[in-house]
Amino acid sequence: MSAILQAHALGKRYGQRQALADCTLELPPGHVVGLVGPNGAGKTSLLKIACGMLAPTTGRIEVLGEQPNGGTAQLARIGYVAQDTPTYASLSVADHLKFGAKMNPGWDAKLAQARVEQLGLNPKQKAGKLSGGQRAQLALTVAVAKRPELLILDEPVASLDPLARRDFLRYLMESVAEHGTSVILSSHLVSDLERVCDYLVVLVASRVQLAGETDDLLAQHHRIVCTRRQESALPAGLEVISAEHTDRQSTFVVRSERELPAGDWSAEHLELEDLVLTYMERAVDTGRPATMRPVGEAR
Amino acid sequence: MIDFHLDARSGIPPYQQIVRQVRQALLLGLLAEGDKLPTVKEVVAKVAINPNTVGKAYRELEHLGLAAAKPGVGTFITRSLGHASLTEHGPLQQELRAWMDKARAAGLTEPGIEAMFQNTLRESVEEEK
Repeated sequence: MSAILQAHALGKRYGQRQALADCTLELPPGHVVGLVGPNGAGKTSLLKIACGMLAPTTGRIEVLGEQPNGGTAQLARIGYVAQDTPTYASLSVADHLKFGAKMNPGWDAKLAQARVEQLGLNPKQKAGKLSGGQRAQLALTVAVAKRPELLILDEPVASLDPLARRDFLRYLMESVAEHGTSVILSSHLVSDLERVCDYLVVLVASRVQLAGETDDLLAQHHRIVCTRRQESALPAGLEVISAEHTDRQSTFVVRSERELPAGDWSAEHLELEDLVLTYMERAVDTGRPATMRPVGEAR
Repeated sequence: MIDFHLDARSGIPPYQQIVRQVRQALLLGLLAEGDKLPTVKEVVAKVAINPNTVGKAYRELEHLGLAAAKPGVGTFITRSLGHASLTEHGPLQQELRAWMDKARAAGLTEPGIEAMFQNTLRESVEEEK
């Protein structure tokens, strides 16, 4: 199967501000892709471009094999839930479903109805009177009932309390299991995503720092602790992602496609959160003049 | 039917945690030959994890000869490990216990004992390969 999203040198500029620059990315189908990056990395711009709500200034992009154009036929194939899971405050729950049915040829009324009942939402309730968690669930229900091939969710759980967050992700995973939908969801918190994403993209300052299947990434990265030494003293074939030294000890985070060779060190795997933070720090570090590096990090 | 739970801080990949929990349930006699495992949809609706993770765990169980998928019906346990198998090895467990007491007497603490056990287990598994 071909990629669900392919971007090449994609850029978006608002006046003087460059929101996304030179972003190149390819996402395979059949995954729940986590798009992680600090605020301002360009996640929202990328997702809006992907669903045709925003036109790129430079570069090109294909989603589900087509250029996003905001056309109805294409929009029917993509379910999009914007940041803060917006709903129409003055419309009732039932109105949201009616509206969804009218706008979408593939609308699954049965699914939408069953979900609203399961959530215990009163159909007559105005969306503005729902709790944050309920609004998020309503927005997700509308997006899922379109029966899209691809669901794009921008920071879907950021504003939810832990219980609502868990409920939201449960339903999302359930519909992925049932319909085989591909999903892209963004977050600035890895902890939101680590259980639900089987593919991870780390975006810092528009650039993809790391992309791959979560299990592979976890298996390939190691933290090595050893007596103080230079990076060059490590065996060939190890890519050093980060290095820290004290007067007697060195700590490296390395990536190795093959099994880590044995050596005079202790090695352990990293948690996903540490892994992502290491790449984020590296991206920030390389953008910083060398003289600003703290003395302790001298190499 | 059994439930799965995940420990995000354990450092063990989620699919392996599921495999391990099935093994444990087999050893404890909570699962026996012919029992049906929860469907992928049931698991993800409960623990909010990626469906592919569950699929991967179930394939691993098949690979280990512990379970088999019947298309359109579900995944079933094909072998009982029964807790009889643990009690049958009572003498072995006593030896292990005696070793642990010795290790403690030699001044090893719990993390040290665990590390030594894990390392030795890994070595013996690797030598067998």
